[in-house]
Amino acid sequence: MTGLTPESLALLIAATLNAGTVVALASLGLLINERAGVLNLGAEGMMLVAAIAGFATGVHTGSDWLGFAAGAAAGAVLAGAFGLLVIWLNTNQYATGLALSLFGAGLSAFVGITYTQQRLPERPHFAIPGLADLPFVGPAFFKQHPLVYLTIALAIGLTWFLMRSRAGLVLRAVGESPESAHALGYAVRPIRLLAVMTGGALCGIAGAYISLVYTPLWVEGMVAGKGWIALALTTFATWRPARVLLGAYLFGGVTMLQFQMQGQGVQIPSQFLTMLPYIATIIVLVLISRNPTWIRINMPASLGKPFHPGA
Amino acid sequence: MFKLEPRAAPSKALTLASPLIALAVTVVIGTILFAALGKDPLAGLRMFFVEPLRSGYALAELSLKATPLILIALGLSVCFRANLWNIGAEGQFVLGAIFAGGVAMQATPDTGRWILVAVLGAGVLGGMLWAGIVAALRDRFNANEILVSLMLVYVAEMLLSYLVYGPWKDPAGYNFPQTITFLEATRVPKLMQGLRMNIGVFIAAAAVLGFTLFLYRTFAGFQLQVGGLAPAAARYAGFSSRKALWTALLLSGGMAGLAGALDVAGPQGQLTPYVPLGYGFAAIIVAFVGRLNPIGIVFSAVLMSMFYIGGELAQSRLGLPKALTGVFQGLLLFTLLACDTFIHQRLRWVGTK
Repeated sequence: MTGLTPESLALLIAATLNAGTVVALASLGLLINERAGVLNLGAEGMMLVAAIAGFATGVHTGSDWLGFAAGAAAGAVLAGAFGLLVIWLNTNQYATGLALSLFGAGLSAFVGITYTQQRLPERPHFAIPGLADLPFVGPAFFKQHPLVYLTIALAIGLTWFLMRSRAGLVLRAVGESPESAHALGYAVRPIRLLAVMTGGALCGIAGAYISLVYTPLWVEGMVAGKGWIALALTTFATWRPARVLLGAYLFGGVTMLQFQMQGQGVQIPSQFLTMLPYIATIIVLVLISRNPTWIRINMPASLGKPFHPGA
Repeated sequence: MFKLEPRAAPSKALTLASPLIALAVTVVIGTILFAALGKDPLAGLRMFFVEPLRSGYALAELSLKATPLILIALGLSVCFRANLWNIGAEGQFVLGAIFAGGVAMQATPDTGRWILVAVLGAGVLGGMLWAGIVAALRDRFNANEILVSLMLVYVAEMLLSYLVYGPWKDPAGYNFPQTITFLEATRVPKLMQGLRMNIGVFIAAAAVLGFTLFLYRTFAGFQLQVGGLAPAAARYAGFSSRKALWTALLLSGGMAGLAGALDVAGPQGQLTPYVPLGYGFAAIIVAFVGRLNPIGIVFSAVLMSMFYIGGELAQSRLGLPKALTGVFQGLLLFTLLACDTFIHQRLRWVGTK
């Protein structure tokens, strides 16, 4: 690409990490509840409600962190309602998740109507002292929002939790064979609810990140499919946190490349560039799904299936 | 404590009553919501449940919303019965609108009435094409139809945006992102002077009849439903799951495309970035609330249209945001799913543990 200077490349990398963090956070959350056997198609709706909850809190309190807390709480509450329906009432997980997505879109538009013109207070940019001043790597890697680093830590921590800790083993057991976990005396349903609410909270933080950091304003429907992309990502990553992170940055790169190309004056209508992330998701999904056996080996065995504890 | 236990047989009464209970719960929550917003709940409910039915004009407007909802939901009901989760009807609607608009723009003042058939046919084709991509990727590569169909919604909206901002922009349109207003010959004929209601209602009625026959009277419809309910049994009986996949997706895509064509050649009259009105998503709720049954879908589509018009009225007369519509629609599906669990299960008091 012509005209790509080291400075603009550094900015591109920084923007990629920023965009990737949104989907990574949501996808890691969804990974937790999918590992426990629950598929929540409501990600988009939870993120939308969390985005407005976070934004409104940010506007009123001036604090990003309270905004994130509000987003997490909104996501967890909605996920909790979803969890009660699918885990205790055994409603269809697809339909209930869809209902959550549609409801969230309506609710966020409704609540957000008074916030469309609002602005967040000006906040300082984050930078890691010392490292941020390094040439190239400074602007590329060390001037990010703290959540960018926390997300990487979360992915590593989650890998350890799932593969090395006893609680993680129980979580996976609940997702692979709820009957066995139940027989061993584990409370399958409360564990699933906890996993669903944790997933919702992370989706909520992702939603709040969109309206507080990524594009700091409120626009109806501003999540723009990132919740669905996060859902696709768990499959793409075969339910492994490190691969989720990788996939999310890949997605972030595609999104940012589009802006870069528009900035470079590439003679492609902007609409086609905006399509790129969605088409990329389809292509990745096709590539990954071609081998059904591979998906089946990696997928939590009880994913999407209701569990009825015996007497 | 209470315990949920399976019923010996599904409750027939609850199968019918569940949507009504869900509606009642939604109304109760709506009343609380109106009160919380400082509006008179009765006035609020009137906008949603009385005003949309009060006059001939209101009913005609209702029909304009119910028609696309019925058409799309009929197609979706076949998909959902076959356990195929096409949730991208919105994108198929947009493609139908684009294809129909493309044909309609070719008309000259001398073009005969026949072109309307081509306009609607193109819409069906556009919708089928978009759903066909989903079917092909699922069939050939096992790609999840939920995610693919949904991603294609965004692609379709961008395609529409490109056309109306670019090559199809009306040169005399003061640079607004819109095509020319379609000529009279390409427009869906209205039924009465002064009302916007058009022959789309007859098409919807014919579709209801057609889908009733398909689902309950044809072998293909039967095979498709067995495949959805009991895939193993369908395989054992030799029913092709590939055929069911293509039939269901093409059928639902075609219906969504037809709805898109009727809407742009009807009330909208031109292509703009505002062609997608959310009918494709609302129709998912319509299909479920209507029990995936063609007659049920008619009732639930009318109800959902009342929510649409009620939302508009609440905005213009009570100063409430129009987005209330989406809140009510989402709530209705939520409560319906919860109520539905009691069709197959019942609560029983089992004493304290």
